[in-house]
Amino acid sequence: MSALIEGLFNGISIGSVLLIAALGLAIVFGLMGVINLAHGELMMLGGYTTYVVQNVFKPWGEPWFSCYILVSIPIAFIVAAIAGIILERGVIRFLYGRPLETLLATWGVSLILRQLVRSVNWLLVICIGVFCLLFFGGMRLLSRRPDWERIRNLVIAILLPMSTAIAVVTGFLLSQIPALTKAWFSARNVDVTAPSWLRGGVKVLSFQMPYARLFIIALTIICLIAVYWFLNRSTWGLRIRAVTQNRAMSSCLGIPTAKVDALTFAIGSGLAGVAGCAVSLLGSVGPNTGQNYIVDTFMVVVVGGVGNLFGTILAALGIGIINYLIGSGTLALMASSVESLKPLVDVLLFFATSSMAKVMVFALIISFLQVKPAGLFPQKGRTAEL
Amino acid sequence: MSKLGRRRFLVYSSATVATSMLLKACAGGNETTSDTEDGIKVGILHSLSGTMAISETTVVDAEMLAIDEINADGGVLGKKIIPVKEDGASDWPTFAEKAAKLIDKDQVVTVFGCWTSASRKAVLPVFESKQHMLWYPVQYEGQECSNNIFYTGAAPNQQIEPAVDWLLENKGKSFFLVGSDYVFPRTANTIIKEQLKAKGGKTVGEDYLPLGDTEVTAIITKIKAALPNGGVIFNSLNGDSNVAFFKQMQGAGLTPDKYPVMSVSIAEEEVRQIGTEYLKDHYAAWNYFQTVESPANEKFVKAFKAKYGEDRVTNDPMEAAYIMVYLWKQAVEAAGTTDIEAVRKAAVGQEFDAPEGMVKMTPNHHISKTVRIGQVREDGLFDIVSATKVPVAPIPWNQYVPETKGYACDWTDPNKGGKYKKA
Repeated sequence: MSALIEGLFNGISIGSVLLIAALGLAIVFGLMGVINLAHGELMMLGGYTTYVVQNVFKPWGEPWFSCYILVSIPIAFIVAAIAGIILERGVIRFLYGRPLETLLATWGVSLILRQLVRSVNWLLVICIGVFCLLFFGGMRLLSRRPDWERIRNLVIAILLPMSTAIAVVTGFLLSQIPALTKAWFSARNVDVTAPSWLRGGVKVLSFQMPYARLFIIALTIICLIAVYWFLNRSTWGLRIRAVTQNRAMSSCLGIPTAKVDALTFAIGSGLAGVAGCAVSLLGSVGPNTGQNYIVDTFMVVVVGGVGNLFGTILAALGIGIINYLIGSGTLALMASSVESLKPLVDVLLFFATSSMAKVMVFALIISFLQVKPAGLFPQKGRTAEL
Repeated sequence: MSKLGRRRFLVYSSATVATSMLLKACAGGNETTSDTEDGIKVGILHSLSGTMAISETTVVDAEMLAIDEINADGGVLGKKIIPVKEDGASDWPTFAEKAAKLIDKDQVVTVFGCWTSASRKAVLPVFESKQHMLWYPVQYEGQECSNNIFYTGAAPNQQIEPAVDWLLENKGKSFFLVGSDYVFPRTANTIIKEQLKAKGGKTVGEDYLPLGDTEVTAIITKIKAALPNGGVIFNSLNGDSNVAFFKQMQGAGLTPDKYPVMSVSIAEEEVRQIGTEYLKDHYAAWNYFQTVESPANEKFVKAFKAKYGEDRVTNDPMEAAYIMVYLWKQAVEAAGTTDIEAVRKAAVGQEFDAPEGMVKMTPNHHISKTVRIGQVREDGLFDIVSATKVPVAPIPWNQYVPETKGYACDWTDPNKGGKYKKA
């Protein structure tokens, strides 16, 4: 009995990590059809946000420090959502309907983001700030002129090199100050220490449920409910679903599709940020944190069936539980108690280590997709778009 | 897509060039100049990015400290040492590529580098085919003895075996082995299993995690099933997985009084990254801890903190990296030239008063080292609970594993070489 509960709990806790990581992608990839390879890096941004919030709270002492994690969740959501909006407005919106280009572009963005957290320092921020201020500020000012359309290209041709040059010169001048060139995070991983109430665990029968895991499960459920409510009960959710189903018709009916795209992407990215905050409780946060999750998240969404939240939930929990049962050797143990399954035991024992369990799960997923190429719950009828 | 006009093209391309210049300028100018006048170029090949960067960047710091000290002291053979840094990016093929680049393009006279055995195995063919020289500063699983590599980290009999002996004596007979899934933990665990068999201990289970993976729930279940009343966990995880392992151990209620963990890849630097609150009272086996009391160590720690900041700590691989630069310098001075063959011959027999105690390069290209066991304390440093009285001689070919039992390595005798059967 206790072993069963333990198995179920552990399976669900692995599944909930997969689910919270995949939830944002289920929206971005599932609803919008955007293959966002930078999803892992948005998680990483969430993790780093948690780290920063933790360091801000540290000097304030105990009663405050205990609740930093609760503050960092919404902040991580906002930071990742803003990054998502910039990504969508700056790159992805030009590439709708071209999956291959989207894939390459978001891969590039993920590389940029990884390098950014490694080398970001005040100097870089100041340079980029100066450039943005000059270039976008100048554009904004000049766009009030009546002959804007005519001089637009000329303005860009002048403003772009000028503001770049000024930013570069500022960079060279300021690089003499060592305080500015010190990297914020460096290439090393940073440590997020869980507040004391999330360490340890609660004893149930003969095993202990870690508080951190319970917290992640609760957070996953809250996110799920919020997403469900937002998509099915709010006006913007209705619009998102409308655009997903038929972009042209929604546009005709007066739905601002561009805004809807940005909003959908922002929410998906924000959820990635929350996921990053959650996984920082389990491991450390580093430039490569996202890479550890990106494959798993795509796997979950594809197995669940693209565009179906319910499928994503089922796939995440299923993969989590199967992974646990194989990896911990529970399956081998169960098989050895049944006479007719004896020959299977050796095979299962062979796969009963964490790294081999992954191999087995991947093999199972590949064979599953042979039978059901569109996942657990394939989208019926005309798929929304593109 | 609309046709790209000439003017537009010019605008975009100039913007691209300018932006890359901007980023370059802002990234800070800490690149070494390739000035070769009266300098001796040496290669430094470590992961400055990726999952191993957490550990390897600290080793680079120690190597740079040694190089700076030597340069301030007049250099080698009257010339300054010029370090050429390359980033292996935690990617083994990249290591091989960069090693070839250092040797062929930069024409370095030696390379200091690598951390994981996987990266060392990747560069080994490069150094052997080009008859070049690598100095490797990290403890490893042994079962290797190359003429082209000098190993200044511990061989298994200078770290793993004494640690297992100590655990058998003080902590219990049942062992669970956890490791990352690559060559070091797999070989180390083979050795441990043979050793336990020989000495009356028991291996109750073993598990491997992909490098960088953070999902350890299944492993914890297995530990609890295999050791319901507590027992010893021997941990050879590397990199980020350690953080997840210790965080989740504590969450699952596996405390150090019942489940002491002996780690062979966690030193002072990693303790700080993982967090003392998760690691307190667990054990580690090394040749050097920052808390070693000796004049040489005092000087080393002081110099390191003066260069990199009061909040930094020193650890075993850093110390090994520090001393290997000095050993190389002594070898070059003894040979009177930077010629690789001459230096290789002169290196054997070099002694150095290292922070860990006296070390000596033996004919099998490994060094004799003092072995210590430490326990993590509140401030993130180690209490040394056990130390050998004299340096332990290195044995690269393991004597517990049947395939290599009775073999040894001696590069000073052309008839013996890397692997010969002892009489």
